Amino acid sequence: MSIEVNGKSIETDEEGYILNLSDWDEDIANELAKEEGIDMSENHWEVVNFLREYYDEYQIAPAVRVLTKAIGKKLGAEKGNSKYLYELFPYGPAKQACKIAGLPKPTGCI
Amino acid sequence: MSEAGATKKFLYINRKAPYGTIYAWESLEVVLIGAAFEQDVSLLFMDDGVYQLIKGMDTKGIGMKNFSATYSALGDYDVNKIYVDKDALAERGLTLEDLQHLVWEDENEDWAEKDSIRLVSRDEIAGLLEEQDVIFNF
Repeated sequence: MSIEVNGKSIETDEEGYILNLSDWDEDIANELAKEEGIDMSENHWEVVNFLREYYDEYQIAPAVRVLTKAIGKKLGAEKGNSKYLYELFPYGPAKQACKIAGLPKPTGCI
Repeated sequence: MSEAGATKKFLYINRKAPYGTIYAWESLEVVLIGAAFEQDVSLLFMDDGVYQLIKGMDTKGIGMKNFSATYSALGDYDVNKIYVDKDALAERGLTLEDLQHLVWEDENEDWAEKDSIRLVSRDEIAGLLEEQDVIFNF
């Protein structure tokens, strides 16, 4: 499978996660978000960028419980809770935000 | 722990060198899955498995993903019981200093950093095995 962004074809797996992390850029993120029915706001970007940094540091996409805790620590308790994160990414913050961030599906993701 | 009775003690034993086989990485993934489901997870490194925790690993020459950094995420997953067979270390001419400094943050003590790695003797390992509900051997 693949998606078209700026005339370029980007390979994805059958669930829509892009295959090569290095393909990712912000236009691709916007396209992936559109397919998820998400209009990217500053708050969405904050989570997506956080995930990319986490992956860069630990080489994994965190499970949602870990993501929630880590966001709370970095961005404050009003953002480090599942209500806030599910409002941004209704079908699962780890799953949807990771997809938009161009990361693999989180380990242990349900 | 929530949901009484749903939590079991899981011990993952790691016995092989990190690269060359898929065991170490697979073990780490299964550990993270178990921890994501809020089980009581411990890790034990023995035999050549102690090499998995060596710091400053460089995998460029073998073209494999370097997953050393992922061990540092274990604390985020509340995996903070990482046992290392101290005789296995000594037999390979290694000490605790050669291993990554793995820590976890105690939420109840204002995120104080605490060491995750505990060196254990073979007698202590026997006791550790005795306590577990589930043991995975990698």
